[in-house]
Amino acid sequence: MRNTILITAKEFRSYFTSPIAYVVTAVFLALTGFFFAVSVTRPLADASMRDFVSISQFILWFIIPALTMRLFAEEQKLGTLEMLLTAPVRDIEVVLGKYLASLGVLLAMLLPTAYFVALLFWFGTPDTGPILSAYIGLVLMGAALLTLGLFASSLSSNQIIAFVVGAGIILVLLFADAVAGLPGADPPLFVQRLVAVIQYASIRTHLIDFSRGVIDTRDVIYYAVLTVVGLFLTVRSLETRRWR
Amino acid sequence: MIEAKGLTKHYGNFIAIEDVTFKAEKGEILGLLGPNGAGKTTTMRILTGYIPATSGDAKVGGYDILTQSLEARRHLGYLPETVPLYTDMTVREYLGFAGKLHGLTNAKVAKRSGQVIDTCRLGEYRDTIIGKLSKGFRQRVGIAQAIIHEPDVLILDEPTIGIDPRQVVETRNLIKELGGEHTVILSTHILPEVSMVCGRVIIINEGRVVAMDRPENLSDRLGGASRIVMDVRGPDREIVQTLSKVEGVKTVNSEDLGGRQRYTVDFRPNKDLREDLARLVVNRGWGLLALQPQGFSLEEIFLKLTTKEEI
Repeated sequence: MRNTILITAKEFRSYFTSPIAYVVTAVFLALTGFFFAVSVTRPLADASMRDFVSISQFILWFIIPALTMRLFAEEQKLGTLEMLLTAPVRDIEVVLGKYLASLGVLLAMLLPTAYFVALLFWFGTPDTGPILSAYIGLVLMGAALLTLGLFASSLSSNQIIAFVVGAGIILVLLFADAVAGLPGADPPLFVQRLVAVIQYASIRTHLIDFSRGVIDTRDVIYYAVLTVVGLFLTVRSLETRRWR
Repeated sequence: MIEAKGLTKHYGNFIAIEDVTFKAEKGEILGLLGPNGAGKTTTMRILTGYIPATSGDAKVGGYDILTQSLEARRHLGYLPETVPLYTDMTVREYLGFAGKLHGLTNAKVAKRSGQVIDTCRLGEYRDTIIGKLSKGFRQRVGIAQAIIHEPDVLILDEPTIGIDPRQVVETRNLIKELGGEHTVILSTHILPEVSMVCGRVIIINEGRVVAMDRPENLSDRLGGASRIVMDVRGPDREIVQTLSKVEGVKTVNSEDLGGRQRYTVDFRPNKDLREDLARLVVNRGWGLLALQPQGFSLEEIFLKLTTKEEI
């Protein structure tokens, strides 16, 4: 635990002493701000965060791997991974430490978007429930995606490779529901089931309920499982790095 | 303190090291000597638990590096070949991180940081960003990082590489000071370093241990009686021919010293030819002025062990 906090603190500090955290936050706020402005100034627009959520997931698609790409790739490049892995620290502590730091940055990045909510309250009468659930969904999704980015970073000492692989994995999961259209009319039962499973694996479909104000346990479990799987894969990837 | 038993590491079909076995006692400074690519770094990485061996096992401070990894790692200070530095931290921040990573408390970290900064003569640079330090200072920060938690066992991979001669001397002295309370294993391909710093040396070539002894014994044992230098007065060509015919002699070189010649006679080890040669020269009626057995220098032993040519 102490080691995890130590590594989290080091990584978190490193995000903010380099321009990474600022640039990523600025880009995220600029893009979401633009689309938020477009959506709420339409005629007959809702006073809701639904459009913000649906656009955020696409922006997170490249923001997340940008946040995580250096976490392990840089350690490998600098040779500091050799120091971390030969110190009396468990691999899981290293992984969790880095993960929590990136999660911290994600939260810090989402925090300023509260002024979108403030604007909604200033000019309209939005429902509080769906706004809260939307944020919960966004954070859960982000938390899950970060583990995938972290995993991608553990695979290579090259940050660009880490970024592209991370963004690739996330994109596939984001649009996994697109397979619904593939089998054509009246497919065999097992194909239907397979499509249902792949659809369930899609990141996007699980966010829809949250943005509507529904917190479904299935969706929460989905993100929790994805997070655990991502962390597990990262730990294994570090272990196999030793065996290579 | 350190025990390596039959360490073998294969990368696919490539054999990095094979059957490396040795022990290092407490307070000993052990040198791993070998040409580039001999397997020094691989051996060290296995000892520190960074990579596992394909077979064989290693113990540090009595703990198995694989099955009791965390315990073993607690006893280790390690300077890898590429000095592991976070270039965006200051020297003090970095040492603080390294200390805490090895379980030191905040108070202890503050105290030890000050001490290792003094030991490694980093005083002026304590608040400098590591990225701005020159190679030699980075190397020192690397050593500081390895000793901050006062480990029983220090593993240093090429600690004097890339630093200027004065710093090399300082670093060697530092390592000598560290031996005694720490067990030190260092790798190098610089021969004089070994005889200056190490109590014992292991020569590795192509992944195998080819010799292991004290530096002075190595030259005795391998060079011992296998070279004789003799000054003789007499007909040069005849003397060379006669000496060459003696059984076991490999080469005879002559050098004119004016009125007498110096012959350097190399022959197969494990045989003392001093008496045979002396008798031969005297019986022929030549003047034997001097005869002296000579050991090979460490350089020659090293070359002899690590190249297939015979000297």
